[in-house]
Amino acid sequence: MRVSLFITCYNDTLFPSTGKSVVRVLERLGHTVDFPRGQTCCGQMHWNTGYQAEALPLLQRFVDQFRAAEVVVIPSSSCVAMMRDHYPKMAAEIDDVRLTADVAALLPKVFEFSEFLTKRLGLEDVGAYYPHRVTYHASCHGLRSLSLGDGPLRLLKAVRGIDLVALDRVEQCCGFGGTFAVKNAAVSSAMLEEKISAVLDTGADACTACDNSCLMHIQGALHRQHTGVRTLHLADILAGEEEVQA
Amino acid sequence: MSAGPLDPKTAPAFPMAAKAAMGDSQLRSNVRHATDVIQAKRARVVDEMPDWQALREAGKQIREHTMRHLDFYLEQFEANCTRAGGVVHWARDAAEARRIVVSLVKASGSDEVIKIKSMTTEEIQLNAALEAAGIQPYETDLAELIIQLGQDQPSHIVVPALHKNRQQIREIFQRTMHLPNLGDQPQDLADAARLFLREKFLRVKTGVSGANFLIAETGGVCVVESEGNGRMCLTLPETLITIAGIDKVLPRYQDLEVTLQLLPRSATGERMNPYNSIWTGVDPADGPRVFHIVLMDNARTEILADEEARQTLNCIRCGACQNACPVYRQTGGHAYGSVYAGPIGAILTPQLQEMHHAQSLPYASSLCGACYEVCPVKINIPEVLIHLRNKVVLQNTSGIAGLFDVEAAAMKAMAAIFRSERRFRAAQRLGRIAETPLVRKDEHGLGWISWLPGMLGGWSQTRDLREMPKETFRDWWEKRSGHDN
Repeated sequence: MRVSLFITCYNDTLFPSTGKSVVRVLERLGHTVDFPRGQTCCGQMHWNTGYQAEALPLLQRFVDQFRAAEVVVIPSSSCVAMMRDHYPKMAAEIDDVRLTADVAALLPKVFEFSEFLTKRLGLEDVGAYYPHRVTYHASCHGLRSLSLGDGPLRLLKAVRGIDLVALDRVEQCCGFGGTFAVKNAAVSSAMLEEKISAVLDTGADACTACDNSCLMHIQGALHRQHTGVRTLHLADILAGEEEVQA
Repeated sequence: MSAGPLDPKTAPAFPMAAKAAMGDSQLRSNVRHATDVIQAKRARVVDEMPDWQALREAGKQIREHTMRHLDFYLEQFEANCTRAGGVVHWARDAAEARRIVVSLVKASGSDEVIKIKSMTTEEIQLNAALEAAGIQPYETDLAELIIQLGQDQPSHIVVPALHKNRQQIREIFQRTMHLPNLGDQPQDLADAARLFLREKFLRVKTGVSGANFLIAETGGVCVVESEGNGRMCLTLPETLITIAGIDKVLPRYQDLEVTLQLLPRSATGERMNPYNSIWTGVDPADGPRVFHIVLMDNARTEILADEEARQTLNCIRCGACQNACPVYRQTGGHAYGSVYAGPIGAILTPQLQEMHHAQSLPYASSLCGACYEVCPVKINIPEVLIHLRNKVVLQNTSGIAGLFDVEAAAMKAMAAIFRSERRFRAAQRLGRIAETPLVRKDEHGLGWISWLPGMLGGWSQTRDLREMPKETFRDWWEKRSGHDN
């Protein structure tokens, strides 16, 4: 299959390794990856902060860039949620019939990375090896907007060498929430503190998720507190291979 | 503890109030414990319902239909209630509602009222108005009694004294009921409240209530509760005065089949409320001889006119969103500066103020969606929060002041960057250069930022940030595919 990758603005800039991991996993599974070069941002930050007029051109841009795609894979459930939860309404609200139709045609081809593997390809074992103790944080958008359910966990369980430990209050928000983390820094930090103690209670070496945004937040406190616990995207675990790691 | 009444017009912005509230470790521990207990109860009785999702959808449909035809159902309610012997009053706003209730109490010849727990009376600060008019209100709901005696404010829609634990309640009762030897067992506290209240039930001739539902088809009013004290207030007084927001209408009696399943399971984790009272006008043989109902707008028609935010009015005040909210879990209710706290408060309060106050509340959420997930009538609270944020932004960026709004300037600049791949790449390069003075190496030789300037400083209070990698994904991709930029 020809997979068009929407890397997302923050993964492109801050977490290029996740993009490389996505490419590695997809190519290992025999797919061809394509990267439309005009892509930038889905508009989530603007939309969620109340800058709706600023978000709209980014919707238009995404549609233009990915119109021809067979499938679009995105290693960020919050960006996929932005598209599914808001794009149809955004297009309809400006009475743009063509854009509305384009969005309706494109959205069924858009998948979050783990969702593409489990729901579109029907896979659980993607041939990964990762010999570490890992805990999984269910990001809010993956959990509630995309209904990823236990999909990411099934992928992790199939990883050879992994010691997967359950996270207490796994469904509770880590407190990131985009601009919430700075606008309500104290509350956000208190929410994060609960998440960090839950992560530390697992004794895991690493915390993973389908969203680097949550992980950047969790990592920020794990590092500040000198815990030695790492964070890494699900794709980075699934990209692990025995011959490289051993 | 909150000293004055919770008033969005004078309340501090949420981030400040939240920070203050979070300094109270007893409060936080009480809130965490109480919300955990209620959530677990709710989950048990919701999970046992095979048709829960269908019920939620039915609840949503009923409420949406009602709001679409609110004018019709209100008039139908008025006609049927009047026919049954009730007297219907209309109040445009809180001030008018207070005036009407005060004059009705005076006309009843009483200078005391017994009250059923009612958020609507809290919304309009009715007790203060009654007291100012020389009328003593007695709260009869146990939690509201605790709040009243403790000169406190409600912090939750359903469980208003949720922020207090048993020892704190005992202390309030010991002090205000003059019971120095009162024990701290639930039975001791309930006995003390019962003795205190029973005398009021038997003496006071006028009752004041809110309403859970108004039934247009019959003109009936429905109140649900757990203690039976509400039933006392509804049946013993000679005069009953009910105050209800115009959003409380249901079209048909049969609609209670849906709402009386959704409400108790969502609110208190009970299969049914222990007391479900429905009365229609007056009955010469039983109950109050005089029944007044005040139907209050107080900005609800403004909310109704906003197509996107209209679903706010579908709320049946179960409080499930408050229990599920990770923000409320940290701060408790008072930080919201309104009797409506938590996610529903974050959307309802600013709208009740017609967006003139409480502008920080739409931002008091990480948009995690836990509220939407538990809402029994499927109010998409995150969607309404985002809509209200847009209203706030439009307000703040209009006119001259908007030109000096730092956040707006930054957001507009970011948007311009994202509209062009060339600009985006330039910004990525610039970002790496700009952050360089802030980067420090950690013990593993990795670059981290521990201090950020301005608004971003909120992040670095408790969180580090990895330095940007030297190469973006798209740079890597292009190198790999063999064509340079």
